Amino acid sequence: MVSKKIRTQAVAAGIAVLALGLTACSSGDDKTADPGSTSSEGSSGGDAISVGFSQVGAESGWRAANTKSIQDTLTKDAGFDLKFSDAQQKQENQIQAIRSYIAQGVQYIAFSPVVETGWDAVLQEAKAANIPVILTDRAVDTADTSLYVTFIGSDFVEEGKRVGQWVSDNLGTEPINVVELQGTTGSAPAIDRKQGFEDATKDNANIKIIASQTGDFTRDGGKKVMEGFLQANPDIDVVYAHNDDMGLGAIEAIEAAGKKPGVDIKIVTIDGVKDGMTALADGKINYIVECNPLLGPDLAKIIKTLHDGGTVEPRIVTQDGAFDQEQAKAALPDRQY
Amino acid sequence: MTGLAQLTRHRLFWPIVALVVLLLASTLKSHSFLEVTVRDGHLYGAPIDILRRSSILLLVALGMTLVIATRGIDLSVGAVMAIAGAVTLTQIASSPDPGAVSTVAVAMLTGLAVCLVIGVFNGFLVAVLGIQPIIATLVIMTAGRGIAMLITGGQITTVTSAPYKTLASGFWLGLPVAALIAGVFFAVVALVTRRTALGVLIESVGINPTASRLAGVRARTIIWTVYVLCALFACIAGFLQSSNIMAADSNNAGLFIELDAILAVVIGGTSLAGGKFSLTGTLVGVLVITTLTLSITVIGIPVNAVSLFKALVVIVVCLLQSPVVQHKLRARRRQAAPVPVEVPA
Repeated sequence: MVSKKIRTQAVAAGIAVLALGLTACSSGDDKTADPGSTSSEGSSGGDAISVGFSQVGAESGWRAANTKSIQDTLTKDAGFDLKFSDAQQKQENQIQAIRSYIAQGVQYIAFSPVVETGWDAVLQEAKAANIPVILTDRAVDTADTSLYVTFIGSDFVEEGKRVGQWVSDNLGTEPINVVELQGTTGSAPAIDRKQGFEDATKDNANIKIIASQTGDFTRDGGKKVMEGFLQANPDIDVVYAHNDDMGLGAIEAIEAAGKKPGVDIKIVTIDGVKDGMTALADGKINYIVECNPLLGPDLAKIIKTLHDGGTVEPRIVTQDGAFDQEQAKAALPDRQY
Repeated sequence: MTGLAQLTRHRLFWPIVALVVLLLASTLKSHSFLEVTVRDGHLYGAPIDILRRSSILLLVALGMTLVIATRGIDLSVGAVMAIAGAVTLTQIASSPDPGAVSTVAVAMLTGLAVCLVIGVFNGFLVAVLGIQPIIATLVIMTAGRGIAMLITGGQITTVTSAPYKTLASGFWLGLPVAALIAGVFFAVVALVTRRTALGVLIESVGINPTASRLAGVRARTIIWTVYVLCALFACIAGFLQSSNIMAADSNNAGLFIELDAILAVVIGGTSLAGGKFSLTGTLVGVLVITTLTLSITVIGIPVNAVSLFKALVVIVVCLLQSPVVQHKLRARRRQAAPVPVEVPA
């Protein structure tokens, strides 16, 4: 018993000594590392343009394709030195990443803001350090537009409008009941895609939006809400889903109710991820407006332009395609995401 | 009169009232809500939807009830569901024959094995190392989703496999397979805990682990067992969830389900302080939560008010169940209608 106690104490003391040793070592490392890193920074001032990119996270297939596009475009061979970080959907992580990019003295900072507000302070720091900031995919809400150079990404209202226009032209020739599966409540894509669809269909008296509920941009959410819609409304003609995943969930619910998705109930969505395009080619979805995640080439072009002393537009809208079933069959083999 | 008073005093009275009110409100909005018809050779209708959809939460809540009865809590169930889906679907997707029953069976066994390891790990942290359950299971809750993302490579893995689809979308004897699976597990757990001494042993550990140990109950083994069971039930719930959408969505599978499960257990009258559990209560709690979700869509609550509506229902049910409010209500009723004094003949 006694020996056991002594042994535990000895082990504890050993661990404490080791820990002390480790902290001593690491602090020593820090001291030597600091001048080393500054000197290497001085020497790496060659041709490579250093870019710090802070990504939202890896929450969807769309986001994964977006990340891949940026990493594959801003390569060493293309003349870039990309520092990439994943914020895991937390604003504080993104702010921290941007601060560290400023401290490292990168030449450009690009990021997809996870939320719209709360960026003024950190963007002021970047501005003070003379580092141009480029927003990708999502915008920030600030009164001072001089805090960033440009915002590149899709126009969500326009996406909703294009879907609405297609529905109005192709299906709205007779009275139809539309149900809407909204994205995450309060998120910019959900608000804008709803707005755009309503704008495009409000002049067509045949189109009636009979129910609208949030499916949180997920398949499970889309399926759950669609099951409820099917119970509450016996005659649904069209489902408008704010993204492919919810549309895919709705397909499952419609099939379970003994109806044929794409035929008995038409489905229109936004995004154009691989699974959505496959369902479109299979005839289960009727129309998809693409939301292009491949922002890498555009981002590279903007940085090159700025680097050569040129100017860019403060808002650059990416080119989004749109597919019906035949076009999806043709496009599917070459899709990157 | 006394019969009614006794009825309202039953701890499941208010949850069942809530359930009935939700069903009535939905029926008022959509008259065919409670109608069950035969479609494509199986039963179809909102009640069947509720049964099928309850199965996932019921399985998770079943494990949670046992864990809570030992005065513990398991926050990792949602992450376990994500891992179960990720492991199983990745394996099915990469196999040459995803439609074969053998492929699906092997993949599900692998999933079960992985979840078993997680359950053993949770149980080890709580029962052997004596770490507080909320902290111990927080480890997998936070790390688990990351593990699932690693397995699927950050993508949503989609599969086409008829046998796997049967789990959530199939029907047997006209009833949903998912509900049958959850029902069988519920019956087995109810039988084993109430027809053998296991239920009492679990409760005794929840009341006082030290005293139970001194009285000869293997407290450590029992605590370990309930965490393993909880992980296994969550694993099966993960199968049902991924089969429901035929995809492993590591980010969203079972997200926040631990909170729904805890809520179902509490609505059912099981105390978070441990030592007492009611499986029937948990079943009622699960039905209330599932019906609530479906009613929101059917009644057509505006998107911005959904969270508020849910919160209101839950708060009202919990308030009505609380001993203090019950006592006050009873006192008022006694004042309003004084019990007639019985005159001896």
